Amino acid sequence: MSAGADVALCVEDLRVGFDTRDGLVQAVDGISYAVAPGRTLGIVGESGSGKTVAAMTAMGLTRGLRTRVSGRVLLDGEDLLAASPARLQELRGDAIAMVFQDPLSALHPLLRVGDQIEEAVRAHRGGASRAVARARALELLELVAIPNAAQRIGAYPHELSGGMRQRAMIAMALANEPRVLIADEPTTALDVTVQAQILALLRRLRDELGMAMVLITHDLGVVAETADEIAVMYAGRIVEQAPAAELFAHPQHPYTWGLLRSVPRLDAPVGAELVPIPGRPPSLIDPPSGCRFHPRCPYVRERHRTVDPALEPLAARPEHGVACLLPEAERQAIWSGLTKGASAR
Amino acid sequence: MSGMPLAAVEQLVKRFPLTRGVMLRRRLGEVPAVDGVTLEVREGESLGIVGETGSGKSTLARVLLNLLEPTSGVVRYRGEDVTHARGAALEGLRRKRQMVFQDPAGSLNPRKTVGAAVADPFAIHGLLPERAARARRVSELLEQVGLEPALANRYPHELSGGMRQRVGIARAIALGPELLVADEPVSALDVSIQAQILSLLRELRRELGLTLVLIAHDLAVVRHVCDRVAVMHDGKLVEVAPVEELYRAPREAYTRELLAAVPRIPGLVPSAAPASQPDAPPAGGPQSSPPSSSSST
Amino acid sequence: MAAYVLRRVLWGLVLLVLVSLLTFVVFYVLPSADPAQLRAGRNASPATLAQIRENLGLDRPMTAQYWTFLSQLAFHANLGYSYFSQASVGSLLVDRLPATISLTLGAIVIWVLVAVPLGVVAATRRGTWVDKLTTGGALLGISAPVYWLGLVALYLFADDIGIWPLFPGAGSYVPFTDDPWQWFTSLILPWIVLASTFTAVYARLLRGNMIEVLSEDYVRTARAKGLSERRVVWRHGLRAAVTPLVTLAGLDIGLLLGGAVLTEAVFGIPGIGQLNYQAIVHADYPLIQGTVLLAACFVIVANIFVDVAYAYLDPRVRTS
Repeated sequence: MSAGADVALCVEDLRVGFDTRDGLVQAVDGISYAVAPGRTLGIVGESGSGKTVAAMTAMGLTRGLRTRVSGRVLLDGEDLLAASPARLQELRGDAIAMVFQDPLSALHPLLRVGDQIEEAVRAHRGGASRAVARARALELLELVAIPNAAQRIGAYPHELSGGMRQRAMIAMALANEPRVLIADEPTTALDVTVQAQILALLRRLRDELGMAMVLITHDLGVVAETADEIAVMYAGRIVEQAPAAELFAHPQHPYTWGLLRSVPRLDAPVGAELVPIPGRPPSLIDPPSGCRFHPRCPYVRERHRTVDPALEPLAARPEHGVACLLPEAERQAIWSGLTKGASAR
Repeated sequence: MSGMPLAAVEQLVKRFPLTRGVMLRRRLGEVPAVDGVTLEVREGESLGIVGETGSGKSTLARVLLNLLEPTSGVVRYRGEDVTHARGAALEGLRRKRQMVFQDPAGSLNPRKTVGAAVADPFAIHGLLPERAARARRVSELLEQVGLEPALANRYPHELSGGMRQRVGIARAIALGPELLVADEPVSALDVSIQAQILSLLRELRRELGLTLVLIAHDLAVVRHVCDRVAVMHDGKLVEVAPVEELYRAPREAYTRELLAAVPRIPGLVPSAAPASQPDAPPAGGPQSSPPSSSSST
Repeated sequence: MAAYVLRRVLWGLVLLVLVSLLTFVVFYVLPSADPAQLRAGRNASPATLAQIRENLGLDRPMTAQYWTFLSQLAFHANLGYSYFSQASVGSLLVDRLPATISLTLGAIVIWVLVAVPLGVVAATRRGTWVDKLTTGGALLGISAPVYWLGLVALYLFADDIGIWPLFPGAGSYVPFTDDPWQWFTSLILPWIVLASTFTAVYARLLRGNMIEVLSEDYVRTARAKGLSERRVVWRHGLRAAVTPLVTLAGLDIGLLLGGAVLTEAVFGIPGIGQLNYQAIVHADYPLIQGTVLLAACFVIVANIFVDVAYAYLDPRVRTS
């Protein structure tokens, strides 16, 4: 949780709000995290958790008249939020790159895939000739294991399958060997077998290129296999953060428990009931008082309606942080109760 | 659960023409979306149809409900051949077989209120002509799917995805069908809402004695809701088996491949109440607030 | 592709036959002036009238007249002779065509050069004065009738009657071959006037399309790649926003080539539009038929061109 010596991306107390007709929507309300090169941070959350807005803001894609941003986003020590538009343009697609959710809508439908990748190369390697850029594009397509790359380079996005499109988008993001790669729901639109391939590809690339990766998703299974560390977001805050294995072994926050109980799993007993989290994600214009999760929390107390918990490390394991007012001992007891009789995997 | 086939397809084939070019519309050939599938849906069961994009599962569902005409093969309902059902016979069938669609935003008319959408089936089939009776029934249906009856006056865009999906379900059960086909009903929803909708489907199945066909690409989802599972690939039926058997000991290589690709969540599985008991807190419908904690402070 | 175009051309011919038939029927069914009367003048004797009628072939049955027309056209490429001037319709059309083409092409150049930047800038700087000017100006351009604009322009700028004599007045058009400079200056006002309505419409359309396109995911990706804002707007944004406008423009051009009647009338430009108007006034049926068919031809060709262009511009349309 704390920034180590070699940190590629460090987000400090990021807050992002949007002025709308109905009021100020506080999409991100004070989150902090750090990712080292070669490591993957998985950010898990649902709609309205702020996970995508935080990533977009880091890339400077939410700048606008009605956006209020505070905090710092340090890329190798340089604050992206304070960067001039010109500097931001230099860094985007070069030192920090992003892969988006639906490659069919995220790639330009009227330009060939090869051209779009070339563009990314030429935008940052000033003076690279077309031939050089072309060769690099081909190299990248082969790096992401697109079969028949030489032919596919001239294809339009709609002529490729979903998996190949996503590979092309990853190739485009990697064009200039970024330090940090942010992947926003990169496999949500894909079939499960293709998803497995893409995740394996991302892991391989991260290892080969030594990138720091931020993987945003709503799928716990995806982060389980790919992330080193996981942050769970709810209503614009990080409510729990821990190394992956630790999070699944000793989850602490009632929302995390809710997610784990409501997600269908292959290793659960057949026909077991899913336990939905009651209610709906809160309004970000007028969030609940006190602990934001309290209206949906089965363990709510009076105090939780007024006191807003901060993210605090566990006594025994400081790399694991939780934002919950329940005493640690009680949380252990509840979790033990929930998993009593469950067979270990 | 009698286990008698309620609906079935035999040697079903559905091909779509493949054309190229906007000018010429050359026929390059045909794509067999469904390529010789024989499958039965037993009365009272919950059958899951799993497959990836292009496997033909959605097409199969549509042909099963006479929403598409097959290229060849037979569609049956209660043993009768209904492949080319028309007119009054088809209308009767429609009352008994209903569908819930994937995209809750796209399947509701944005210009109709929720109440009007749910009342549509009555209007279409000429049932419950008096306004008061119809309105009452609409309120009942909304409550049955966990929505407040007051929502009948809202428009789809004012509701969340999960609520819209509930409206779609309410509309589907309005006429008291025997067979409910849900085509990827939760794919477009958030994780915690998915659980709500799946639980709702399970509950409704118990309450109304429905036969449910659930189409999904998510193997874990199907496992939780269904008794039997059919796996499709490239228009063909790869394997059909009772759910435990399929997941524990899959026979076909493709099934194994699919299962292997599903990302696993490590750690212990938090237990829910056993299937036969109602949930202890924090159950309760999605609109009700959870009870305050029962343990001492 | 060639087969497609051929098919469309054949259907186009069928359409032209239908158009000619319709013109023929309308001319004879609707009460209009008697061309023989108009030709003969006010105080012609009945004998003269009858003679003229016979000369023009007006005493023959309708079907025979129509058949003569069709066969002459199909086999001899002969559009007949004007009732009024006895000149061949074909030669009259050829004579007047260059003026219409000059007018149309010039107007197109202006309208594209003005509408595109205006539309783009208005979309990227929403709410600023450029945007308000475009939207407001567009309203003016669309609502002001073109003949009114033309008259106002002449009143302000014509060198014979204008307040600030800058440009040649009405009737000063000469063919390019006669005096290129005069040809050019005499067309400036007509070009601007004719272009104004179209500029207004297209700038607004483009603005709307651009606003939509700029909020699309692929534009966000372009920004995330670190492309300059200019490249994002022009190469990614405009490219996607302009396609529907191209098809629309193709159709409008086709229409204009059939003759911009009002503009030609106000500025006294001897083009097809003027010719058409005079033909109607004189009940000069062969000439009417000629101008109508020519206009229909242009529209049909424009339609075919636009369909082909669309598939070229949007590759998604090519595969089903």
